[in-house]
Amino acid sequence: MAEAENVRAEPSAQTRVFGEPVLTLENIELGFGGVKAIDNVSFEVRKGEVLAIIGPNGAGKSSMLNCINGFYKPQSGSITFKGRKLPGMDPHFAAANGVARTFQNIALFRGMSTLDNLMTGRVLKMNRNFLWQALYWGPAQREEIEHRAYVEKVIDFLEIQAIRRTPVGRLPYGLQKRVELGRALAMEPEILLLDEPMAGMNVEEKQDMSRFVLEVNEEFGTTIVLIEHDMGVVMDISDRVVVLDYGRKIADGTPDEVRANQHVIDAYLGVAHD
Amino acid sequence: MFYREAGIFKTSYAADQALFRIPLDRLFVIGVVVAAIVVVPLISNEYWLGSIMIPVLILSIAALGLNILTGYCGQVSLGTGAFMAAGAYMAYKIATNFTWMPIPLVIVLGGLCAASIGLAFGLPSLRIKGFYLAVTTLAAQFFLLWLFQKVPWFVNNSASGVPTAPPRSVFGELVTGAEATPEARYLFVLAFTVVLAVIAGNLVRGRIGRTWMAIRDMDIAAELIGIRPLHTKLSAFAISSFYCGVSGALWSFCYINTVESSAFDIFRSFMILFMVIVGGLGSVLGSFLGAFFIFLLPIALNNVVTTFGLPIATETISHIEFMAFGGLIVFFLIVEPHGLARLWQIAKEKLRLWPFPY
Ligand SMILES: Nc1ncnc2c1ncn2[C@@H]1O[C@H](COP(=O)(O)OP(=O)(O)OP(=O)(O)O)[C@@H](O)[C@H]1O
Ligand SMILES: [Mg+2]
Repeated sequence: MAEAENVRAEPSAQTRVFGEPVLTLENIELGFGGVKAIDNVSFEVRKGEVLAIIGPNGAGKSSMLNCINGFYKPQSGSITFKGRKLPGMDPHFAAANGVARTFQNIALFRGMSTLDNLMTGRVLKMNRNFLWQALYWGPAQREEIEHRAYVEKVIDFLEIQAIRRTPVGRLPYGLQKRVELGRALAMEPEILLLDEPMAGMNVEEKQDMSRFVLEVNEEFGTTIVLIEHDMGVVMDISDRVVVLDYGRKIADGTPDEVRANQHVIDAYLGVAHD
Repeated sequence: MFYREAGIFKTSYAADQALFRIPLDRLFVIGVVVAAIVVVPLISNEYWLGSIMIPVLILSIAALGLNILTGYCGQVSLGTGAFMAAGAYMAYKIATNFTWMPIPLVIVLGGLCAASIGLAFGLPSLRIKGFYLAVTTLAAQFFLLWLFQKVPWFVNNSASGVPTAPPRSVFGELVTGAEATPEARYLFVLAFTVVLAVIAGNLVRGRIGRTWMAIRDMDIAAELIGIRPLHTKLSAFAISSFYCGVSGALWSFCYINTVESSAFDIFRSFMILFMVIVGGLGSVLGSFLGAFFIFLLPIALNNVVTTFGLPIATETISHIEFMAFGGLIVFFLIVEPHGLARLWQIAKEKLRLWPFPY
């Protein structure tokens, strides 16, 4: 235990020890017409880690996340989650069991305020029936307040108090990304899937975002799977890296291992295929 | 400077989530309601109560219903008239078959029947969206009206096909049918309007309202958060049709005093849609503003013409009406999709700063 603490305190804290797999993907295949988006990919996500998925454009990274939370159904292969081996995830099952995500192209509810967007993340945890809601009284009001309190914690954590009541469509891009993270956090996820959370951000915004991601991971023990193109960020914050190229997995290991991997170097330097 | 938001601090989430977060707004709305109960019946003559206030309030209920479906949940509907008709005909059936039943319950049951019909016609919304969904609701409009016209059972085999609304009382006072005084009918309608408006306000600021808006704004993300699209859309269809059904029942029982399908034709559907667009999509207040505006505009035009004795033929006035409507719809769709409600909000923002420019 003491040793583990030591290791984490060091700057290159890449030898953190992780629990069992919380999510196992086996031989996932996914195609669109003639295009093979994912070609026989297997990997596992371990409890409490920050796992990065990297790869060139069109490598199938987003498709991979879409399979994990059930937006796409793989044509073959299996996903093991919560002791169940499924041919594909069901979005509702995933959400109800603590899988939350953000999107590459922000998918916020643009007409709603920041607060309402975050409150929407609590939908599955609220269960007062329609009649109570119509009265907005008693149990329904208590429930609203209880969840509002949680959402306010997320708002404080992400430092977005000032934009609580602003319709998110009017916010600048960087803040929208932050609100989207907030909505995912409001779900109290066990596994957080982040699709390019730092794309299009300036250095400062990237630092903030990295800090939030790491804090979520450390304070709440949330497992994080993130897609990111900025290699600096990836090497800094991830415990393990999975590399995809043309739908296939070409490497899987610690950032240092991956950096040294010849396939990865080839893929990134654009060596011709076959 | 008199109307302000700054300096009002909430010390609890309950206060911050209240229906009207600013005390002045709350006072204003309570004032309006009190005025509607006490002052309006006192100062209005029979014409104002019977021919303006009653129909406007009833149409506001339908506009609220359509706003829930279209403004909050993003599902376009052209079947409002049909759902109103369903409420009217079913309330008539219930009132005449169970004569002992209190009339408020009859109206509510009429609304519930409309809700279940709305639910059925909402089913296609899982698969189809936008324009195509509008066309299915249009089918509902024509099919239901045809059904109510053709099947004599709905009107208890009445010879004329247009039965009169049965007279019913609340607290010993007639509130429906031609014999009821305009005051009594007005207060009866007002009670429904206030209760339904409060319920709508509660629903849209709570969990169910957020699921509607989530589906409207980004259905894929909503689904991945765990919102079930079918449940959500169907709940919007059902609740919306409930409002329309109540509105239709009141229209027949408290305004036109007959049950007839021509009151609920496609033009009615469009009228309510215009109210929602002009008033403001996704706004409870907007539903009222829109209803008043669209209903009063032609009357105001007519009055202007008669008071100033302008030499304009009646047909020309109705042409002007159409043009004004067309222009307004285009204006609000393009320039201000949030309608009068948004203009009202902007005015309040200005008022907050007044008399200083910043
Ligand atoms: N819904 C879809 N329909 C058709 N083709 C798709 C679909 N989604 C993904 N693809 C294809 O699958 C391949 C992988 O796409 P994916 O979005 O997963 O890549 P990515 O690694 O996320 O790329 P990027 O870095 O550009 O985001 C691409 O060739 C893409 O065109
Ligand atoms: Mg992608």
